[in-house]
Amino acid sequence: MIRKRHSWIVSLAFWLAASFVTLFPIYWMFVVSARSRVELFGKPTFVIRKFFAENYTNTLSDPSFQKYMINSIVVATSNALLVTTLALFATYALSRYKLVGKENIFFWTITNRMAPPAVFLLPLFLLFTQGFTIGDWKLYDTRIGLILLYCVFNLPFAIWTLRSVIDSIPRELDEAAMIDGANTWQIMTKVIVPLARPGLAVTAILTWVFAWNEYLFAATLTSVHARTITTVLAEFVTVTGTNWGRMAATAMLTLVPALLFLGLVQRHIVSGLTFGAVKE
Amino acid sequence: MRSNTIGWLLLAPTLAILVVFGVVPFIYVLVVGFTEWNAFAADPTAHFAGVQNYRNLVFDGQFLYSLWATLCFGFFAVVSEVILGYFLAQLLMRDFPLKGFFRTIHTLPLMVAPIAVGATWRLMTGSGFGPIPYYLDRWFGIEFRLGTYADQAFLTTIVMDVWHWTPLATLTLLAGLASMPKEPFEQAQIDGANKFQIFWHITLPMLKPTILATVFIRLMDALRTVDEVWMLTGGGPGATTRYVGLYIWRVVFPKTDYGYGSAMSLLTLYLTIVMCWLLYVALVARRELPRAE
Repeated sequence: MIRKRHSWIVSLAFWLAASFVTLFPIYWMFVVSARSRVELFGKPTFVIRKFFAENYTNTLSDPSFQKYMINSIVVATSNALLVTTLALFATYALSRYKLVGKENIFFWTITNRMAPPAVFLLPLFLLFTQGFTIGDWKLYDTRIGLILLYCVFNLPFAIWTLRSVIDSIPRELDEAAMIDGANTWQIMTKVIVPLARPGLAVTAILTWVFAWNEYLFAATLTSVHARTITTVLAEFVTVTGTNWGRMAATAMLTLVPALLFLGLVQRHIVSGLTFGAVKE
Repeated sequence: MRSNTIGWLLLAPTLAILVVFGVVPFIYVLVVGFTEWNAFAADPTAHFAGVQNYRNLVFDGQFLYSLWATLCFGFFAVVSEVILGYFLAQLLMRDFPLKGFFRTIHTLPLMVAPIAVGATWRLMTGSGFGPIPYYLDRWFGIEFRLGTYADQAFLTTIVMDVWHWTPLATLTLLAGLASMPKEPFEQAQIDGANKFQIFWHITLPMLKPTILATVFIRLMDALRTVDEVWMLTGGGPGATTRYVGLYIWRVVFPKTDYGYGSAMSLLTLYLTIVMCWLLYVALVARRELPRAE
């Protein structure tokens, strides 16, 4: 009994220390965001005596910030929904059908995530500006362009996360439904989706986060209309110096939607994250 | 009977998107890799150059160095993340007050955009305003200058990566631990096995697929890191933290050497695929084994 209490006190102390390490960099960013440029230098102090709100008010009242924030929300949410749906179809097919070469297809999907992003910017830029055009309309600088492009690194991730989830749902359940006369669509919506819900939730949140955080493609393949919020962060680094306060304030604000999403799926996150490695 | 046509139809949209946005650019890069093409050279058109780019790459000391640095970075970062993640996952298996709350806090860095992570660590380590250099100097007399000392810059990129991605390792390993049956552990305890024996003979073999999967996904992403390191060190000092992703970016963008950059990224992609393939084979072999019995 005594030993047990002793051990939870140790756990608690350890996690308090670990949380300090985790939170400190984020707290420091918050401190920087709440200070003017002059206060930044010199001996580091960790207490905010006077909240310098200008970094936040300037950021929030910037019309392009609002536009980019909406772009980010639209792109990340649409991408996460698209990816989760398509990955559910794909993993169901890989799990339940005897398709020729399906294990090779499964491995091939993940190779799409391994490509160094920098060099693929060039062909993608050419495709977006000259390849995928209909009359005057081109894929360049559109939200739909980013939504489809992010599938390249998110779909493989989603397929690899969902594979074990779908595999672990007993085949007997969908066979029983089939005998009762259900078609593939009904099996998916009535049998698979309810059982795979934690896995689907985690896949959706992580793909959402990856899409929300993406910088390199968004910076190259958009110009005015479809720019996302991460591209703004890099714009504070200029030749004449970096506007750290504004940058930190923007970074803090981009955290808010991500935190809301984290809160929503927190319950599912452990049961859903297995990356194809769950025991049979 | 299941009709395979429906299976292919379900797979079709995924394959279509990956082919259009993944394979088509890949083929383009493959072709450009065999040409000499620099948009700002005296002759800005592409010429077929055979394997010249690849021949140059093998002797390009800077490229080989950046490949080596990337592998070291990936190795140290991923190993630290998995070991740390394992301990944290084990600790989360115990019961203590506010467990959910601490787990949520631990997950927080995952939500920060890589570019913002780079900015955060730059703010932590920047000379003149960062708390890390200030207190290292004050308490330990260590002069910490990210822009001067190569090993410090290298170490900081690893610490940053560990801070950012350990939560992913913790969560996957936690999922793996939570799904393990309890009987083998109870049996081992009855048989009088000590903690190390239980870890070595039971936990580790059973957790191996999860560990490999975690290494797999993390290694893949660590090898293509760009945003964070670019924001933190810009590849410096000199070229010490110019990992392959950054190097390729430099060759393709400021230098517009498209042919060489394409060859470089194909070689990197090839190496990544080979490494991940080996891991995958180990992963699948492990998974198939119980079925064969």
